[in-house]
Amino acid sequence: MLEKTNVKVLDKVVVRFSGDSGDGMQLAGNIFTNVSAGLGNAVSTFPDYPADMRPPQGSLSGVSAFQASVGKGVHTPGDKCDVLVAMNPAALKRGYKILKPGGVIIVDIDSFNESGLKKAEFTTDNPFTELGINAQVIEAPVTSMTKAALADSGMDAKSVLKCRNIFALGLVCWLFDRPVEGALKLLKNKFAKKPAVYEANAKVIQAGYDYGHNIHASVSTYRIESDDIRPGVYTDINGNTATAWGFIMASEKSGRPLFLGSYPITPATDILHELAKRKDLGVKACQMEDEIAAVCSAIGASFAGDLAVTSTSGPGLALKSEGIGLAVMAELPLVIVDVQRGGPSTGLPTKTEQTDLMQALYGRNGESPLAVLAPVSPTDCFTMAFEASRIAIEHMTPVVLLTDAFIGNGSSAWRIPEEGDYPEIKVPYVPAEVKESWKPYLRNPETLSRYWAIPGTEGLQHRLGGLEKDSNTGAISTDPVNHEKMVMLRKEKIERIANDIPEQQVLLDVDADTLIIGWGGTYGHIYTAAEELNAAGRRVAFTQFRYINPLPANTGEILSRYKTIIVAELNTGMFADYLQSKFPNLDIRRINKIQGQPFLVQEIVDGVNKIMEGK
Amino acid sequence: MEDLKYIPANYKSDQAVRWCPGCGDHAILNTLHKAMAEAGVAPHQMAVISGIGCSSRLPYYMNTYGFHTIHGRAAAIATGFKVANPEMTVWQISGDGDGLAIGGNHFIHAVRRNIDINMLLFNNKIYGLTKGQYSPTSPRGFVSKSSPYGTTEDPFIPAELVFGARGNFFARSIDVELKVNQEVLLAAQLHKGTSVVEILTNCVIWNNGIHNPITDKEVRAEKTIHLRHGEKMLFGKNLEKGLVQDGFLLKAVTVGQDGYTIDDVLVHDAHTPSNFLHQQLAMMDGETLPLAIGIIRDVDAPTYDEGVSQQVEEVRAKKGFSTLRDMILAGETWTVE
Repeated sequence: MLEKTNVKVLDKVVVRFSGDSGDGMQLAGNIFTNVSAGLGNAVSTFPDYPADMRPPQGSLSGVSAFQASVGKGVHTPGDKCDVLVAMNPAALKRGYKILKPGGVIIVDIDSFNESGLKKAEFTTDNPFTELGINAQVIEAPVTSMTKAALADSGMDAKSVLKCRNIFALGLVCWLFDRPVEGALKLLKNKFAKKPAVYEANAKVIQAGYDYGHNIHASVSTYRIESDDIRPGVYTDINGNTATAWGFIMASEKSGRPLFLGSYPITPATDILHELAKRKDLGVKACQMEDEIAAVCSAIGASFAGDLAVTSTSGPGLALKSEGIGLAVMAELPLVIVDVQRGGPSTGLPTKTEQTDLMQALYGRNGESPLAVLAPVSPTDCFTMAFEASRIAIEHMTPVVLLTDAFIGNGSSAWRIPEEGDYPEIKVPYVPAEVKESWKPYLRNPETLSRYWAIPGTEGLQHRLGGLEKDSNTGAISTDPVNHEKMVMLRKEKIERIANDIPEQQVLLDVDADTLIIGWGGTYGHIYTAAEELNAAGRRVAFTQFRYINPLPANTGEILSRYKTIIVAELNTGMFADYLQSKFPNLDIRRINKIQGQPFLVQEIVDGVNKIMEGK
Repeated sequence: MEDLKYIPANYKSDQAVRWCPGCGDHAILNTLHKAMAEAGVAPHQMAVISGIGCSSRLPYYMNTYGFHTIHGRAAAIATGFKVANPEMTVWQISGDGDGLAIGGNHFIHAVRRNIDINMLLFNNKIYGLTKGQYSPTSPRGFVSKSSPYGTTEDPFIPAELVFGARGNFFARSIDVELKVNQEVLLAAQLHKGTSVVEILTNCVIWNNGIHNPITDKEVRAEKTIHLRHGEKMLFGKNLEKGLVQDGFLLKAVTVGQDGYTIDDVLVHDAHTPSNFLHQQLAMMDGETLPLAIGIIRDVDAPTYDEGVSQQVEEVRAKKGFSTLRDMILAGETWTVE
């Protein structure tokens, strides 16, 4: 059962610029504040100067900071910051404690050299580990990139270094969608009498902005709060980390080692990062040479008997298609995570969308059915990564897990599961009683899944492959009737998963005439909108799908109960079309948004009102 | 031979072999059965993973674990398999199209990583299964169905790719050289790391006789040289010819002529880390210098699968988490009563 969640767009963000007192942090902070004010934000700022007039350069006592809170309803500069800009190790040490959970630290990695670390009284060469920092850190080579940007300017070294602050400002402008034009105006005024200095700063701010663009720097400006207040131990988690951890849990509960084959791609790379760290739990995470090798290495690991996962985003899923088809044919367990982003092609790499649904469902050659799941929140990524693994193993099939940039990067408080919260995963090993007569495509009569003969086992040698196989012997077969039989078996195997997943639940006013439907990561926004509609006297029921293929067994029954069905999704209507194909008699209304941004609650409220008023 | 645990028949599956009569692949399959029996690898401890193409049908003819996968990807699939189960012996079967065209990227990266698999590269310089198109190893000007006026591109020389990817094992044989086949397959099995074995095979249907200028019985002794570690590089019908150093290059001479004695003839060292001479030997093409067969390079280096396993063990020993919950609880948490 899903608990209620509230999506909070961080209506305000707190950015703390900090560095040495000579680093120009006050100027960078002021410009950011003024640009934001120019965009209609309320602002509140707090300059935090060093106490000493002339503290030693790079020392802890020499840290100068400027904290800016910008956004809606801002009345204070904020207790804690969302983004900490630390131009040197001392600034990191002074500032890291006031970073919010899920916040981002930007450091000038060039200043993190031996002397810088020593001045800030670090005792090891890894300040992040030494401070126990678990936040997202953007290690930007601010000094060297500033120098490079001004290489042809003819400026002396000292003047060049004075522009570092503006590079950092450019990067922050990228993170929060502040066009540099606003900052340029302010810089022009400030350096009206020094056009050369203005030109230099203009170059550097653009370089900082472009750097953010080039490395796909992103910071989630969303917080998803759950109403889950069961007693327990909690931690803060984002969706990508939750996804990674869900697989580890599935590995523990199945007893099959976890293998990840992956290739870096925004916004999914953090799953690779997290699982690469989790070698401390025995995870084998391999960064392969491309997306195809990533899925193929996972298929190889699956054949060898591992719980195998590959993580990617839309363009990577496209590249993996043929490999996934092989896993469909070989009937091997495999989980493919697609952290959806704006498409087609390279599209909007850092932005969120739900436009890979059709690709996940149908994007392969031949009749190639597989299971598709979609978590609804950052913490649900854990549960659904576990579920994807459970279904993959117990039903011997590839499963696509469709998360998105919004829930992947969004963070939430999460109750750490306790022993017994998640079930054992029953691995379909070849049963002892059939071992003598076993053939690779012998199926469990109930689930229709074949059995998993782990290589290395004596007597179970067998050959799998992409060619069609005889349903009895497992040998290559081109027999027409056998092919049709195998196609139908693979199809029904997926359909029978519906017997093994929870029923779909309807929330809010279940007896209303109107049902609002969402799927995946839009849960928080649609829930809130539906609640607001009910509060305003518009009776609506609400349901969010997280099992996409197969749909829960009671889906048809639910849909038949409502006169008006509205599907809200971040694409042109893929889930609506999918439902329509399954239930042709329904009249499905649609609310769609394809802007690379999550819904606003108001957009859904307005959309539903419009439909219900017959407009 | 009595003390062998396995005989070649133990590696034969019950499937009828469907290669064309006279195809070079038959001989290699039989040699693989023999070599594995000699190496004493249990059939259930072995996986044979292939891509697509004539040669990639090989797993079906092995009574081992086998996976006939998709075009070009066998190296990546074999990599995942070996990392997941480093205990097993993994053979990867590819042809020149599968391994060097569509699968070229995976080929070089597997070699670079030095994953402990044995790669059999069947090089018949043609696409057979799709009925006769030129391949990435077909010579410039080669006339085929897809190059009716001759190709306008240069071929890959597989050995050059292996050395370019910093490979540590390269051996070559010819389908009809049964003894050399046995020797190189066994050496590939014994070598830890990516072992690339190129076998020149004859496609009787689409490219019959492509290797004849080198492999014909009448010329083979003159056109090829069988390299053996620690032995003089001699060739010719009566082993009267040898390879000597000529500046930075190699030269073929007749021992006893032009002032060359047997002492001038180079001794093959397959184990020297420097690949300078290995490359020169592997690049000899049977034109001015004889084509090298046998084990050209066989050098120990850290393997990828062992590296991954060792790192997992080291990190686990250091951090000592036994469960996910342990690991999470060691981070920042709070309690709701």
